[in-house]
Amino acid sequence: MTVQVVLPGVLADLAGGVKHLDVDVAGGTVADLLEALAAQHPMLDRRIRDETGRVRRFVNVYVDGDDVRFSGGLATPVAEGTVVQVLPSVAGG
Amino acid sequence: MTDLLAIGTRKGLWLARSDDDRRTWSLDGPHLLAQEVAAVSVDTRRPEPRILAGIQYGHWGPTVMWSDDLGATWQETDHGAIRFPEGEDAALARVWQLRPDTADRPDVVWAGCEPHSLWRSTDGGCSFDLVRGLWDHPHRTTWQPGGGGGAVHTVLPDPASDRVTVAMSTGGVYVSQDGGEKWEPRNRGISAVFMPDPLPEYGQCVHKVAVDAAGPDRMYAQNHFGVFRTDDAGTSWTSIADGLPADFGFPIVASPRTPGTAWVVPLVADMQRVPPAGRLRVHRTRDAGATWEELGAGGLPDAAWTAVMRDAFCADEADRTGIYVGTRDGCVYAGADEGDTFTLIADHLPDVLTVRAVRLS
Repeated sequence: MTVQVVLPGVLADLAGGVKHLDVDVAGGTVADLLEALAAQHPMLDRRIRDETGRVRRFVNVYVDGDDVRFSGGLATPVAEGTVVQVLPSVAGG
Repeated sequence: MTDLLAIGTRKGLWLARSDDDRRTWSLDGPHLLAQEVAAVSVDTRRPEPRILAGIQYGHWGPTVMWSDDLGATWQETDHGAIRFPEGEDAALARVWQLRPDTADRPDVVWAGCEPHSLWRSTDGGCSFDLVRGLWDHPHRTTWQPGGGGGAVHTVLPDPASDRVTVAMSTGGVYVSQDGGEKWEPRNRGISAVFMPDPLPEYGQCVHKVAVDAAGPDRMYAQNHFGVFRTDDAGTSWTSIADGLPADFGFPIVASPRTPGTAWVVPLVADMQRVPPAGRLRVHRTRDAGATWEELGAGGLPDAAWTAVMRDAFCADEADRTGIYVGTRDGCVYAGADEGDTFTLIADHLPDVLTVRAVRLS
């Protein structure tokens, strides 16, 4: 199946210069999607997840508009046509 | 001949350059804008000098980047230069120290990191391996984080042997005699006023350690309260704080050329991390800590309620040693005459976290 990933502009360079990616995913969860993304774009993956596989503290992942931290986390299901958006949280100074 | 000073800040890297034996400086930057650069090093052992930067992308995590063209372009390893092995359930939080080894070990670079860990590269800093001996040390789980986090912040490889000395906040000083396999604490005499036992075997919050020009057995330590010297590679430490206006501070720098000479930047105390009376001053010893003299009047500022971080103070490689002071309010001062006088060479930068000086031929 194919899942659409939407990136913030600041990460587009790490995905070949595009903000919208169609990613073929073998499994059915956000974790599977991020693994597939990592295989294609390892540097992009490092911006989103640390080496334990956890999504970085100030990075938010939304599945069809819902923050996965408040739903199923990395086990949140994705399906054909799902839109997964990566956004930096409000932080910094 | 060019003197290059790399200035890592909370929001990028600047390069100060002097082509007239440090009389005047030009400033190039920002590089890596908006990235925290907590560690920087210039590896001059290579055909072209390599700038290594331990950066924090903010939202996007930490890594090591390098430039082989003095900052014009930057590279990083796809999968990350420093990453904990699978199964450790640990993630790199910050690179605190990047330390090229000697010319005899040309591609070896050491990294001290948060969480408390030591790393070794054999490819010039492109990728690092976790030093298992320290990571698996039974003390590690009891090392507490200091105010800035729990980290190995000082790495001192001995050029003449396999000895490696590290310092940690907290944890204190540890030494390996075999290149990193086995480690033992070396803190006897260093105080830990924040612990029930004021003289524990380990657990001290040693802020910085520097090696004297006389040789690797003599070192100086700026502690979380207390300035100390060892003459036996850390087996025992004695106070050398008498004569200083305060014994708190973060950095300590030893002369690379003149035995017995070292510099500190005192702050009032841990609860008042500002210079005494708001006067930013460097203090120098020329007799291994027996006496201290205040430096900086007229060149370093009064009414300066700032601080100098543990790596924002360094010495250069010139025949007459220059020292460089970076402040949390974004100023950098150069003292080309061992600190007898100081000149402002940069201001209005973000918080200065680290400075490193090299001489390029």
